[in-house]
Amino acid sequence: MDGSSNGPSNGLSNRRHLIIVGALTLIVTVIVALLLRNVQLFQPPASTQAGPIDALMAAELLIIAFLFALIVVFMIYSVVVFRRKPGEDGDGVHFHGNTKLEITWTIIPLVVVLVLGFFAAQGLADVTRAADNELKVEVIAQQFAFRFNYPDQGIENSTELVLPVDQPLHLYITAVDVIHDFWVPEFRVKQDAVPGLVRELRLTPNKLGEYKVRCDELCGILHHQMLANVRVVEQSEFDSWVNGKVAEAAAGPQLSEAAQRGQELTVSTGCTACHNVTGEAGGIGPTWKGVFGHETELADGSTVTADEAYIKNSILNPNAQVVAGYPSNVMPQTYADQLTDEQINDIVEYIKSLGSE
Amino acid sequence: MSRVKTLTSLGIVRGFAAGFAGWAIGYGLVTILRVMMGLEVSWLPMTTQGAPTEPAMVVGALFGVIGFMLGVGAMSDWLKWAQGQETPLHHGPPQDRPAWTRWFGVDYSHKIIGVQYAVTGVILLLVAGTLAIMFRFELMAPGLSTLSTDASGAPATSWFYTAISAHGIIMIASILLGVGGMSNYLVPLMIGASDMAFPRLNAFAYWINVPGATLVVLAMFLGGWDTGWTGYPPLSAQAPLGVQFFFLGVFFIGLSSILGSINIIVTTLRMRAPGMSMFRMPIFVWAAFATAIIQLTATQLIGLSFLMVLIQRLMGMGFFDPRVAALGIATIEQMPPADRWVGGGNPILFQHLFWFYSHPAVYIFILPGLGIISELLPVFARKPLFGYKWIAMSSMAIALVGFLVWAHHMFVSGMNYYLRVPFMYSTLLVAVPTGVKFFSWVGTLWQGKIDLKTPMLFTLGAISVFLIGGLTGPPLGTVTTDLNLHDTYYVVGHFHATMFGGFVFPFFAALYYWYPKVTGKMYNERLGQLHFSLMLPAFYVMSLGQIWVGMMGMRRRIADYGPELGIAGGQMAVTIAALVIAVSVLIMLYNLIVSARRGTVAVANPWRSRGLEWQVPSPIPEVSYATTPMVVGEPYDYGLAGSTYVRMAPAMTGGD
Repeated sequence: MDGSSNGPSNGLSNRRHLIIVGALTLIVTVIVALLLRNVQLFQPPASTQAGPIDALMAAELLIIAFLFALIVVFMIYSVVVFRRKPGEDGDGVHFHGNTKLEITWTIIPLVVVLVLGFFAAQGLADVTRAADNELKVEVIAQQFAFRFNYPDQGIENSTELVLPVDQPLHLYITAVDVIHDFWVPEFRVKQDAVPGLVRELRLTPNKLGEYKVRCDELCGILHHQMLANVRVVEQSEFDSWVNGKVAEAAAGPQLSEAAQRGQELTVSTGCTACHNVTGEAGGIGPTWKGVFGHETELADGSTVTADEAYIKNSILNPNAQVVAGYPSNVMPQTYADQLTDEQINDIVEYIKSLGSE
Repeated sequence: MSRVKTLTSLGIVRGFAAGFAGWAIGYGLVTILRVMMGLEVSWLPMTTQGAPTEPAMVVGALFGVIGFMLGVGAMSDWLKWAQGQETPLHHGPPQDRPAWTRWFGVDYSHKIIGVQYAVTGVILLLVAGTLAIMFRFELMAPGLSTLSTDASGAPATSWFYTAISAHGIIMIASILLGVGGMSNYLVPLMIGASDMAFPRLNAFAYWINVPGATLVVLAMFLGGWDTGWTGYPPLSAQAPLGVQFFFLGVFFIGLSSILGSINIIVTTLRMRAPGMSMFRMPIFVWAAFATAIIQLTATQLIGLSFLMVLIQRLMGMGFFDPRVAALGIATIEQMPPADRWVGGGNPILFQHLFWFYSHPAVYIFILPGLGIISELLPVFARKPLFGYKWIAMSSMAIALVGFLVWAHHMFVSGMNYYLRVPFMYSTLLVAVPTGVKFFSWVGTLWQGKIDLKTPMLFTLGAISVFLIGGLTGPPLGTVTTDLNLHDTYYVVGHFHATMFGGFVFPFFAALYYWYPKVTGKMYNERLGQLHFSLMLPAFYVMSLGQIWVGMMGMRRRIADYGPELGIAGGQMAVTIAALVIAVSVLIMLYNLIVSARRGTVAVANPWRSRGLEWQVPSPIPEVSYATTPMVVGEPYDYGLAGSTYVRMAPAMTGGD
């Protein structure tokens, strides 16, 4: 190999090059940092936990902007300024390394990551800290819906999460089948819902509004659709909602004993996570309100009357007569093994009691 | 030789034939046993959920893999040894069949095996890439498209979840094969060895990938699976039949990793040319060596964790089954206090076992590519590699620290909270040796005489893309910010950037760089530059787009999202970018395939490299080094007048 050009390239001294490239690096850092600050990167924050999380993220983005600029500017500068011209045959300047530099760029990053870790640990303590007077909410996840209990208010199986603003929450999270995850992007924090384990999450929503809980651990073919509505409201509105739910539960329709047992079964086996009794459309499964005796269109185009036999068959063979517009292979097929004949009859009685058309 | 005779003489054809027979035998055996035990059977395979043929299918698949390996001939020499027969190692193409047939069966030359690895890797890349294009079509706009709804308008998304699961694992297999291709082809050449230490093991390690990958691809058609490539139970314990083929396929692909790594380690330690101390080896060999150490010691854990779920399904074991339903628990009141187990198996245990391999695995994916970057920069900048020893040691450091960070994938999993901070610190620590590499690359370019040929373009592109990947890591490694970013598309953006920067771009650089040495022809430089100028900007759009939509609240592994997140534009950009990348890869394939026939004949050393393999003719003769090379200097002393790296024997014979 010929060893010409052992002197500085392009007539500039090494120091000159470094000054220019250093200045360019600073300029690009500022540009990238400004860009990152002026583009919307996250949904607007709606919890106190978002404070430390977003602040740490902003600091990290600044470091990222600098390091990106550092490497890319040096690289592009080199490719432009130290380019081999056509016809040139020589080699680059011959140096093997620089031990001082190596030690410097090992120690400095080491210190930076340790400092970052320290502040991150502080931030983690901030966002997981318990508060006084927390509102207890239980989150039970299943394929493919969430249910919420407010044990101290006596509310069970709400399908929407209504929360008073600025009230610290203590969430108890679990699942009944596979791993799910509780996450509201605006609240930032999330926690996997693991069957067999109850996990806690601290959360204080601090902005009125409507949000969605989004299951954030792949849980099956309708994972994308596993959502729940969240409403953060004033304390007074929360109180009236609570009163309304309690009254609704107490003043339910007069049920026969069989229908009563059936109603309890539909809660404990999870039916009501997907089938509502209020008549709302758009749930994972068809509503039960008024279903008994109703002319029902099936996915295969045929029409059937929803009599006792149909309702029973829907429990024992969920995929046999799927209602049009609803997916098959979602309702668990284990009820035939899980429930006795008497239990199934009780459930049918309960569904009948929800009115007929 | 007649057409039919030639075809049926091919190892791969015999392999598949014997594999099918093996499957039938396994299936039949289990079905007969079940009949004798009075259990439900079906003589024809069923793929519907909960079908009674699952045990027969799984054992059939196992026998099928064994059958394939017997049929392709990967075990024939060892079986002969067991009978006391000698098996001299045959060098060169088969005598009684056309020369091209050697590519389609067992061949013991590391150069052939290296190309077999690389070509198979590219084929799997195309399969996985096609799956990605398919599901990106679904994701380009909110709302389910007709691909994901049935006649009555209900969601029919199981194909989507199978597609993303298959995309993930087939890409991983493709990367492992690409890594195997580079290591196998280059390591013996770079150290002046005639071949690997164990040529028959080498061939076996390549060929086991074929039935393994076949099982994974078949899984898509045998019921599919909805768990993602991570296969977490309890979901995987109740998933369709496809998940078992996925588990078994990965088991055998993993076996290939382990066996191949043995060869790399022994060859590197024992077969270097005289004068080649460890610190005079080409830097890529250090990278391959560090990678092999990880492969040898970590892969067992994914085999184990997958095997446990496979057996939990087949035999009702409770490894990861919390038995909530069986215990009649439906409300939190019935559960033990928070942070206590209800009893039964532990789903989180799976995650620990799985990620104990799968985190080091990502370093398997990127260390060789980073080694390629270090290898090519000195050649195209005409200067020594800056800080060679530090770079070599940084690969070893990354390999070591990589074993200490796995639970950063589990910060929100429900594992013990106190584990989170230690794993955060260990995760952030990996940035230090990685930073050493980046700074050293800049040092190598500084004051160089840089030539922007296609391999160099991809090398520089790799550095900038891997930089994005690396820099998006700390927000995930930091628990506090990970609470928001975990399982969002931000993670998808992060790992695509690290995978493209650490493997895809360097692998393409390597394909272009060594193409003249392997084929004796030159690829088309114009098309190479076109490939690059389409792929780099498109990749930036795709990666930054994925990162952005993830920060805005897009979860990963979802078939659909709502318009309220405001990310539809970003999603469209990501899909279009993916299409552009696909087109650019097709341009590369066209270039490489056509140039093999119509390209200009390449000189032996078009890059004026000091490396050993460039001092022999192109294509390399059957016996790479007619006489043993003598290493007398440093590998990267470009610019030092009169310096020599290696002294080859004076008289070189060309060709075979």
